[in-house]
This record gives sequence, structure tokens and C-alpha cells, in this order.
Amino acid sequence: MNDYGPLWLTLKLAAAAVLLLLVIGTPLAWWLAHGRTRLRLLFEAAVALPLVLPPTILGFYLLLMMSPKSPVGGWWLQHTGHTLTFSFTGLVIASVLYSLPFVVQPLQTAFEAIGRRPLEAAWTLGASRLDAFFTIAAPLALRGFATAVVLGFAHTLGEFGVVLMVGGSIPGETRVVSVAIFEAVERLDYATAHTLSLSLLAFSYCVVLFVYALNRRFPRVLP
Amino acid sequence: MAGCTLRLDCELRLGSFALLAQGDLRWHGMLGLCGPSGSGKSSLLRVLAGLEPQAAGRVELNGECLQDSAHKVSVAPHRRRVACVFQDARLFPHLSVAGNLRYALRRAQAPAPSFEAVVTQLQLQPLLERGVDALSGGETQRVALARALLSAPRLLLLDEPVSALDPQQREAVLSALERLRDSGGPPMIYVSHASTEIARLAQRTLYIAEGRLATAGAGPSAESSALGLCT
Repeated sequence: MNDYGPLWLTLKLAAAAVLLLLVIGTPLAWWLAHGRTRLRLLFEAAVALPLVLPPTILGFYLLLMMSPKSPVGGWWLQHTGHTLTFSFTGLVIASVLYSLPFVVQPLQTAFEAIGRRPLEAAWTLGASRLDAFFTIAAPLALRGFATAVVLGFAHTLGEFGVVLMVGGSIPGETRVVSVAIFEAVERLDYATAHTLSLSLLAFSYCVVLFVYALNRRFPRVLP
Repeated sequence: MAGCTLRLDCELRLGSFALLAQGDLRWHGMLGLCGPSGSGKSSLLRVLAGLEPQAAGRVELNGECLQDSAHKVSVAPHRRRVACVFQDARLFPHLSVAGNLRYALRRAQAPAPSFEAVVTQLQLQPLLERGVDALSGGETQRVALARALLSAPRLLLLDEPVSALDPQQREAVLSALERLRDSGGPPMIYVSHASTEIARLAQRTLYIAEGRLATAGAGPSAESSALGLCT
């Protein structure tokens, strides 16, 4: 049973990261899609950075940022009594940053495709901006949300470089499945590597299949 | 027929285009707004609906200030009770016809006409359970009109609602608008570049060209002459 520990931890990490990503990424994507400030370009580039940045570089800077000697890591240690580095919380934060473009970009594309026209109609019918977002924009962007969840989840499942740099390999805390597979291969324990790899492969495929099937039932985004 | 007063002293700049609207308007029933494409008709409606909060100047509807850039006032569109039937209808594609109508009814900020009365008046009963992508152009615009009415607006803006329809569908929508005008519906502004439609529907007409308003139709009056730029 212990062999499946990293698998559960990875799923827990991916679920937590995707939830946080939806909370952070949805307003960010909305602003990137509809904002009129020139700062938008700078933020768009910053959000996309993890797509091109080697994970070890991101991991290295996150390690420095989360270190107890840094302002952020020090503040966290002072208020929680735990370090951010080599902790599950630290992994979640790292995963959110690493997977940010995989959630924000599909949402931004969906919001841009919807445009302002249906929202303007809703506003003139008496819907507030928040009301119009939840009753018009969000339902019309369901495909975008589904894609964002799948990509964010799948990308977090496959993390290796960043989690190794930030979290190391503490059983039950930071040893996610990619790290466990790497360690199993290093000690030539191919049976464990196979078990974890095939489990993750099957699970990932089922998630993608499920969401794509569900995706077909969602209403089309406006042309 | 419900009356309406509108006091305008506003300017909207969109790139090289500038809309300048000044004057006092008072009318009952339907006011026509006529002008060529690109003259600023839709921009003026957008200012009235609150969809151009960056417009400078002041807009008053029935004595209530909707926009006053000098005092940084811009009443949000959802609080204005100014509904709009757009040229492209903008029905919500994830809702049925009935869903679209109830969306507006649930958000009405004043006593709204009854759902059944509006559905009957616009002959929408057979369409209620349909998806909006299964409607013809004329049906789409009648649903958009019904949806706007159910939001209980104090001013209804009609932005070229029949311009994309074939003659038969156009006639159905124009007849519906005539019935609405004659049955005590809300004050309306009907925008079109077709003067025949305006002549048929509106008691009074405003002309707009190159972003400047001028009045005609009801003859000179204290309010209309105040608009200036008459041609």
C-alpha cells in the first residue's frame, strides 16, 4: 500500500493547485481578456513565463523565495511555525505558479471569444457585473474552464523539476509520484516504477477522457 | 402613451470619431433617430445605456442624472433601467427562449408587465421551449424585444432591430413595435438609417450626421431648437 503514497499525494497536490488556480486564474484571465490598461501586456508575458522557463530555474528562485531567510519564507515561518520549503504548502504554491499559464490562457481565450456583447445585454437588463459574470460569462466559458482544469491538473501531475527543487523527497509530505518514479528507477526498482507510472498514465487518460466527453455537452462559446 | 424627457450635453470620442449631443428632448411613445451608417446613432444609444462610461458631459433622464463627468458620476448600466434591443439581438445562447425572458423578468427593478401578457402580445407562445439558435431572424428580434420589455425599462432603445431581416420578418417586427407603441409601452428611441421605418413608427425624428444631432419631424419646438445644429 505504501507504494501508492506518492500517487495519492500527487493527486492531492494537483487538486489543491487546480482549485487555487481557478480562484486566482479566473479573475486574472478575465482582466487579461477585458482589461484596457497597457500593463496587460506585461502581465500576459509574466503569466506565460513558466511555458518557456526551465523548471529548475523557476524551482531555484522559488526555493530562494521560500527560504526561511527570505522575507516571504521568514514571514511564513514566524506565523505558522513551519517552513515553506520542503513542505506540502510550498509545493502547492510552486505548482500554482508553474501551472498558471495552463489555466489562465484557456480561460482568457474563452473570455475573449465571448466578448462584451452578451455581457452588455445582461447589464442593460438589470444584471450587475458579478451577476452577469456568473450567469452569462461563466456558463458560456464552460469549455474554457474544462480545458483549464484538465491542463492545470495534468501539468501539476507531471511536475518534476520544480517540486524536486522546492520540496525534495519527504515521504507523505513532498514525495510526489514523479520523484518517486525517478528514485525507483535510480535504485533499479522497475516494478515500483512501473506500478506508479501505469497508475498515473491510466488515471491521467481517464481524467482527460472524462472532461473531453463532458466538454461536448457544454454550450458553444459565441462565435 | 408614456412620456420621457432627456437632457443631453455630452461628448464621446472614439479614436478619430467624436459624438456631440446637446439639447433637451421631450416625447411620448417613440422617438426616431435617423442617420447614415457611422453617423453615431449606436454610439448615442450606448451612452444612454451606460455602456460608454468614459463619455464626457452630462446625461439626464426624466430629471435624474445618469452621467456627469464633472462630478465623476456614471450610473452603472444595470441601475439605469434603460434596456436595449440590439441589431444582433444578443440573446443568451445557453438559455432557452423562456430562459432569456425570465432572466430579464427576475432582474426587473420596477413592476414589470406580466410574462404571459408580453408572450401573448409578441406571439411567442410556440417558441418558449426552443433554443435561441433555432429561431428565425424575426423571431429572434421579437424575443429580444420581449426580453427588454420584461426588464421593466423606463426607456427602451431599439438599435436597428430589423436591418438584418427579410421583408416578411421585418414587417412582423415592425407590426409588433406598432402594437407596443399604441398599447402604452415604455418610451422608446428607434434607430434606423431607413427613413420609411422611422416615418411609420416615430412621432418625432432626430437626425444625426457625422456625430452631430439635428431635429426634425415634429417641427420646431422649445426643446428641439435647444438641440442646435439643425439642418
